[in-house]
Amino acid sequence: MRINLRVWRQAGPDKPGKLIDYKAEDVSPDMSFLEMLDVVNEGLIRKGDDPIAFDSDCREGICGTCGFLIDGLAHGPMRASTVCQLHMRSFKDGDTLTLEPWRARAFPIIKDLVVDRSAFDRIIQAGGYTSINVGGARDANAILIPRPTIEQAMDSAACIGCGACVAACKNASAALFTSAKISHLALLPQGQVERTARVVDMVDRHDAEGFGSCSNEGECEAVCPKEISITNIARMNREFVRATLLRGR
Amino acid sequence: MTALDAKIPSGSLAEKWDRHKFESKLVNPANRRKYTVIIVGTGLAGASAASSLGELGYNVKSFCIHDSPRRAHSIAAQGGINAAKNYQNDGDSIQRLFYDTVKGGDYRSREANVFRLAQLSVNIIDQCVAQGVPFAREYGGLLDNRSFGGAQVSRTFYARGQTGQQLLLGAYQSMMRQVEKGTVTAYPNREMLDVVVANGQARGIICRNLITGALERHAAHAVLLCTGGYGTAYYLSTNAVNSNVTAAWRAHKRGAFFANPCYTQIHPTCIPVSGTHQSKLTLMSESLRNDGRVWVPKQQEDKRAPQTIPEAERDYYLERKYPSFGNLVPRDVASRNAKSVCDEGRGVGESGLAVYLDFADAIKRLGPDVIRARYGNLFDMYRKITDEDPYQVPMRIYPAIHYTMGGLWVDYNLMSTIPGLHVLGEANFSDHGANRLGASALMQGLADGYFVIPYTLANYLGGTLFQGITTEHEAFKEAESSVQQRIDMLLRVKGKETPRQLHRRLGQLLWDHVGMARNAAGLHHALAEIPRLRDEFWQNLSVPGEPNNLNKNLEYAGRVADYLEFAETLALDALHRTESCGGHFREESQTPDGEALRDDANFSYAAAWEFKGVGAKPELHKEALHFEYVKPSQRSYK
Repeated sequence: MRINLRVWRQAGPDKPGKLIDYKAEDVSPDMSFLEMLDVVNEGLIRKGDDPIAFDSDCREGICGTCGFLIDGLAHGPMRASTVCQLHMRSFKDGDTLTLEPWRARAFPIIKDLVVDRSAFDRIIQAGGYTSINVGGARDANAILIPRPTIEQAMDSAACIGCGACVAACKNASAALFTSAKISHLALLPQGQVERTARVVDMVDRHDAEGFGSCSNEGECEAVCPKEISITNIARMNREFVRATLLRGR
Repeated sequence: MTALDAKIPSGSLAEKWDRHKFESKLVNPANRRKYTVIIVGTGLAGASAASSLGELGYNVKSFCIHDSPRRAHSIAAQGGINAAKNYQNDGDSIQRLFYDTVKGGDYRSREANVFRLAQLSVNIIDQCVAQGVPFAREYGGLLDNRSFGGAQVSRTFYARGQTGQQLLLGAYQSMMRQVEKGTVTAYPNREMLDVVVANGQARGIICRNLITGALERHAAHAVLLCTGGYGTAYYLSTNAVNSNVTAAWRAHKRGAFFANPCYTQIHPTCIPVSGTHQSKLTLMSESLRNDGRVWVPKQQEDKRAPQTIPEAERDYYLERKYPSFGNLVPRDVASRNAKSVCDEGRGVGESGLAVYLDFADAIKRLGPDVIRARYGNLFDMYRKITDEDPYQVPMRIYPAIHYTMGGLWVDYNLMSTIPGLHVLGEANFSDHGANRLGASALMQGLADGYFVIPYTLANYLGGTLFQGITTEHEAFKEAESSVQQRIDMLLRVKGKETPRQLHRRLGQLLWDHVGMARNAAGLHHALAEIPRLRDEFWQNLSVPGEPNNLNKNLEYAGRVADYLEFAETLALDALHRTESCGGHFREESQTPDGEALRDDANFSYAAAWEFKGVGAKPELHKEALHFEYVKPSQRSYK
């Protein structure tokens, strides 16, 4: 296969960027999308050119490091997949594909397709945990949790923090990411103690980081590699209203 | 050669840890914030250490090469975590987990460490559940367990196929709570490139800010390396593409002994290689072996579609050779047998380097819905990568490098041979001997970080006199300038070969000659080739771009350079150990029926290598292993 690429190249955060054309030759349908880019980069390095910067690590869809837009779609055209798990058999010989970084005010571009997602860490830092020091935990089976509840919590906890939801949202909202963590902990008995404070603190931090509001378009759910549902956002909103009433805010 | 002192506490096995905790020095709560602790790496060991030490009040600085601490490769562990809870009433106990781990490690681990690990395993589960880790539950609300990786009891706790992810997120969230409180400062996008040793103590690190390219000096009273294993030395492995040996290797060059590097684990159930473009191999959790049956055709070069091969012409070789464990034999046994049937010409798939893992019987017996509930995400992953549907055709699997039992030598306190430099998790060598059992890596990482280091570090800090050392100390200047020189050297070569090409060649060399089965001739060949490849690297490397911004190719080149030095020690260790044990199979040392044959009379020790210069032969030091409670015997899974 032969693939034409138009790739966003930007040397640094404050530098101008533009789309540059590349050709990927001899592409095997069994290659992952990132392996195809590896081959393109090998060619660039041999010529002494700066290779295309993109992030990746586990290359099996779980670490959340990789991600960019392919023709405007976060992680490309395959449902429920990160870009490292997308294989070239999803494309046709001669296709022209445009690659761009996640675009959001809260995710400044570092270089080419790499963005700064540290805002996600700061949202977790605001309350995405239970405040249990090591040493004080009681026996694990002393907490009974119904199976459907744990399954639901696991559905929310499966978020990999890749940022596709933000990139897909016209408001650049991180509501899906934030709500997934709030839901995971709100559903479980262990999360009840700090339930009220958590949702308020995390939503406040989300807003302070410069993410937009949710307007229920559902684009985030459509691109999420872990198929995190927007019902999490509905739950976050309910949790927020509940917390506001309880706290009299 | 000097004998190494592991500082194992006296007393009976069951009393050692409690006695040691009591005898250890403490640091007064009000004084803890005066101690700075550097933790490199944020996987299970690093993140759990950062959170627990932060909770205690130490001033913690946490470094990782990722853009967020949540991305470390622990996240990819699928199967589960062992603990001797005996919630299933099926005969488990601390004693049995200890016994299984020592035996599984082929009697090359330290009894005292393994017993402590088994003791602490129960606390880990309590802590993780309290954090909200969504372990699978029974309908009555109790925790569910499964049998895993060759265990005859059900002691594995799991969160779908994402156990590592959920445990890491638990540790990461606890760590981020401490970041918010100010006890932990997180430094993501930093690569540690040297340990600073001043007055014989580890007192800091030099790291490169991967975004700006700037070199940074950080001073501390102790340094904890939690930087994982060295599986990517083989280029293709199940490790993340950024996992590397650099931090451990640089510490080794500063005086930390490297123990048992030849103990590499080759995981039996990975998706086979499809072409030279391949950048990594993907593991299929070995929990699949609970319901999948492994087979190859009885005939050589049988290219028929698997469903058309009649039952009588299939060889379910694990069930045939190991009737009591069957498809659940430990990883090293399963891997070696896959290699030997492929070597016989009975491998399947285009390359002939694969065996079938067949779910047809399980689907018939349990129905596709049950199989989907158990393994749905793994089947989906397999289909995405191979474009084949495992509900219809058997999976093709082949072994791949997965985990490294070897690592920096540490004593019972997890301290290396550099005072103050502690090593936790996969980066150390201590608990798994020559072979790690499934679901034990997560257990060790968290035991080290949550429950061991808080005590042993206090003992070190409380018992040590520190001089006031700042980042202006000579040792910092010297370390920074040596790091700078190495970066300059990488940029100065301006040759034609990419780091990836050179890395791939090193990996192939190691896989062929220091892989699943090793012999003296092959190891000598590898030892001759590695220096040649290293010379070629320094003569023909290409690293375009600048050092003063994000330059992933420069980072990668630095890691490959370290692998090219480390690989020699790996091969040398494999050559010197003329016995077979666990993940290290020497063809010269096998039983008449082809099983690994240990040589306890000559090799019942941990081999700890001391760096003597690049290309110079490292010096061997031995830590003798004593087995008081588990009597070494020939491992049998028949």
